[in-house]
Amino acid sequence: MFSFGDIMTEALGLILTWDRDLSEIVLLSLRVTLTAVAVACLIGLPLGAVIGAFRFPGRGAATVLLNALMGLPPVVVGLFVYLMLSNAGPLGVLGLLYTPTAMIIAQTILVTPIVAALTKQVVEDLHGEYAEQFASFGLTARERVSALLWDARYSLLTVALAGFGRAVAEVGAVLIVGGNINHVTRVMTTTIALETSKGNLELALALGVLLLALAVIVNALVMALRASAVRAAYA
Amino acid sequence: MFRRHLLSLAMGTALALGLSGAAQAHDEFIVVQSTTSTQNSGLFDHILPMFQNETGIEVRVVAVGTGQAIKNAANGDGDVLFVHAKPAEEKFVAEGHGVSRADVMYNDFVIVGPPSDPAGVAGMSDVVAALTRISEAEAPFASRGDDSGTNKAELRLWTEAGIDAQAASGGWYRETGSGMGATLNTGTAMGAYIMTDRATWIAYGNKGDYQIAVEGDPKMFNQYGIILVNPERHTSVKAEAGQAFIDWVLSDEGQAAIAGYTVDGQQLFFPNAGG
Repeated sequence: MFSFGDIMTEALGLILTWDRDLSEIVLLSLRVTLTAVAVACLIGLPLGAVIGAFRFPGRGAATVLLNALMGLPPVVVGLFVYLMLSNAGPLGVLGLLYTPTAMIIAQTILVTPIVAALTKQVVEDLHGEYAEQFASFGLTARERVSALLWDARYSLLTVALAGFGRAVAEVGAVLIVGGNINHVTRVMTTTIALETSKGNLELALALGVLLLALAVIVNALVMALRASAVRAAYA
Repeated sequence: MFRRHLLSLAMGTALALGLSGAAQAHDEFIVVQSTTSTQNSGLFDHILPMFQNETGIEVRVVAVGTGQAIKNAANGDGDVLFVHAKPAEEKFVAEGHGVSRADVMYNDFVIVGPPSDPAGVAGMSDVVAALTRISEAEAPFASRGDDSGTNKAELRLWTEAGIDAQAASGGWYRETGSGMGATLNTGTAMGAYIMTDRATWIAYGNKGDYQIAVEGDPKMFNQYGIILVNPERHTSVKAEAGQAFIDWVLSDEGQAAIAGYTVDGQQLFFPNAGG
């Protein structure tokens, strides 16, 4: 029988006996996911803002496509990236398969539609309020997009956090393109999958608790950052 | 033209990402496509540090089912293939994907079952008779169903028993489509019989009240082989480092390292190179 007390003890034990292997895994998880989210924001924020702020032919289709891509199964993304980066694939010469970079690419593909689709919604709502002012100031398209993104920045933090949540929790894509290689591409979710398959269920769940704690810390940091920025803005 | 653009785009992205792959390129490493049984049992954690200490070559193991490992290696995504499905391995070499195949070690498969033993097979050593009894009793049997080495061996045994188990798929015959560990987790939870390699079973941490029901049939012999992926077919293959690893695994020292690996006092793999 499992008891949640045992699992919490195991999780606490993990933290108390924190070793180099665990640091490696946690840091790689953070590095891969945060990089992927950053790249996804670089692409997704402007893309979402443009779709949200302007009318153009095919806008409806683009919105539907983006929304649908939010549901991309990680395994499918993993397979796609594997086929691209495999030595039998078009980008095999780069030698990126089974590296953290491959994992970053896969997670970026996974997260970009989420960032873009949610940004589109935020910007579209804001644009409704701003449209007349923009027209009276005679702003260019580029100025409009940056003004909208800047004014929506606090809501967009939540958008980035949604992307972070998706990326840090997924295992299907990083398992295929990273290969779960010890000391090279092993992250928290692939370790959890591995320990589950070894039948070490308490340890696997304890790692899950740790992953959750990590997500809480990241979210708390972002919220604290946001709160102090808001205070500074209105001081 | 388009391809070149795509390439430079990808290279640019890779550089922008801070590229850890290239950053580590000066450390020599090889990629070994292998199976979950060798990894989950802890064998690699035991022998690979010895090899790395001696040669400085880092071995990166991708542990998947034998079927997937062979496909990955056929795509050139690995330097060495270390799996357990001899006919499939020989086909891999015959098709020109591998240079040559060598025996490394063996252990055996066992069938584990619940203490209630609904098919009454506990203690049997004739695997074909045991499978026949399981199918007659329509007792739940959890199969890997993932084209792995264990799955291939299991299917061969059903064929030998003259039973079309897959016809009962979804009934008493349940294909999990997962790795050995996941199948053990699923199978033990549904009270099913499960065929597993002995190494995975001994190292497995969630046995519950399950026990080995059927063992000791020569038909459940489980041979592991090692193959260098053909560098003439796949130019990315690090032939020299890969061959160094194979030579070490087959050497007296490597074989002794394999024999020296035990869990709970039991030897998991029995070296038989050159045999």
